[in-house]
Formats: sequence, structure tokens, C-alpha cells
Amino acid sequence: MARMKFICDSQRCIECNGCVTACKNENEVPWGVNRRRVVTLSDGQPGEKSISVACMHCSDAPCMAVCPVNCFYRTDEGVVLHDKDVCIGCGYCSYACPFGAPQFPSQGTFGVRGKMDKCTFCAGGPEANGSEAQFEKYGRNRLAEGKLPICAEMCSTKALLAGDGDVLADILRTRVVQRGKGAEVWGWGTAYGSKAGGKDAGGKS
Amino acid sequence: MKAMFLVLSAALLLAACGDKPQSLGEGRKSVAPWAGTGVAAFTAPGWKVGDKTSWEGEMRARTQYGQNEYTRVGN
Repeated sequence: MARMKFICDSQRCIECNGCVTACKNENEVPWGVNRRRVVTLSDGQPGEKSISVACMHCSDAPCMAVCPVNCFYRTDEGVVLHDKDVCIGCGYCSYACPFGAPQFPSQGTFGVRGKMDKCTFCAGGPEANGSEAQFEKYGRNRLAEGKLPICAEMCSTKALLAGDGDVLADILRTRVVQRGKGAEVWGWGTAYGSKAGGKDAGGKS
Repeated sequence: MKAMFLVLSAALLLAACGDKPQSLGEGRKSVAPWAGTGVAAFTAPGWKVGDKTSWEGEMRARTQYGQNEYTRVGN
């Protein structure tokens, strides 16, 4: 199996924030933490574009490189996860991440920075699959239920796609051929090291 | 006797210079997703829990048929 990836088709995203809401609901993400958010460029101007952003589960993840306690790991499916029992909440990953994925809940009386929280691709974390501990720390493990991340599965316009990277590339290619534009995929080159990724491939957009 | 005492003392003192194994972040990894959650009510039908090939097939089908409307309606 190829690696699990996200693609957000900016030609389709309508900034409904359904993915954000679904993620927060499914994983019971605390106040102040957004594992996913929708960013709109040129808001209110003709030709504005929106994209749904979360952890891109990078091939060469900078968060993994800078973590001083080595709490990150990558699963066989290419999902970048972390161990909250090891995380010290230093915030280095937050500075290193080009997508702003790491989030830090304010916990405790004095609002100290808590342990890092981020998108898990709905794959849980290093606890027993489906256990209460896994849900409490990392949220729902939908992959182990045979499902894809909730943000993508409930996206009404199918702008946000999740799954096997090869299949996603085929889906996007079909769309680009059909509509004749929108081949560029925001964040792809940054996350997966493709030189062509993220650049305009010549289509009208 | 004195030489032996010196050697033993040196060994004892130098032992403190050793580095403890730094294995804090190396131990815990996720359980494979095809192992399932053990909660049948939440598990998607169409794949066999514990079977990697079956799980991969379900993932591929969900990715393709759930997200690609061109597959469903034809080109």
C-alpha cells in the first residue's frame, strides 16, 4: 500500500468549515485546539480560494527532526503520530511545521502550555486500538475501524480527499482533465518533496 | 595489591562517565490498523478484521468509490 495522504482541491472548497467541525466533534478536541482549519486566500476578492489545512503527514517531517524527546513516529501507512506520554510540550515542532499543525491546549491554573495535539489522520496513537486511553489522548481511531478520516469522508463537495496517495492522485488527475484547470495542489511539494508539487502545472486556474 | 586497588578504583570512577540508554521515545508505536478496534458496532462492514489485504482493499474502495464521483456517474 502507498502512503496515506490528504489533498485539498482548492477549486472545490467552499469554506463551509464542515471538516473543522467534524474533526472537533469526532475526536472531542478541546477548546482552543483546531486540528484542522480552513484558510481563505484573497477573501472577498474575485477569485478567492479556500483550502483545508491540517497535518500533512510529511514524508520528511520537520517536527520529527526537531523533537528533543523523540516522541514522533511514522506508521507503516505513512501517518505521522506522536506519543503524548513522552511529549514535554516544548513547542519546537510548532516552529518547525510549515503548516502550523501542532496545537497546544492551555491546561492548568496558570494556562501553561500542555502536551502537543495534532491531526492523527484519525489513526489514534500508541495505545490499544479502540481503548478509552487512545480516545482520551488522541481521539477516534477510524483507520482501525476500516474508515477514512472524518474530515474527508464528510466533505460535501469532496474538496478534501484522504487515502492512498496513488488513488488520490488518480482522482485529482481525472478532475483536472475534466475541468481543464486546477492541477496545482497546495502544500504537496512542501510535505512530500516533489519539485513539481505546489506549482502551476499549466492549467487554467 | 596497590595497583589492583587503583585499577578497581579507576573502573568504579569511570563507570559514572557511562551514558544511560536514551530509549524514551523508541518504545511505543501504534498497533496496526488492520488489527481492528474490537468494537464491532463501529467497524465498517466489508473487510475482515486482522487481514491486512482485506483492510487495504476496503481503504482503496472507500477512497475511490466514496470520493470519486466520476467513478460513480461515469465520465
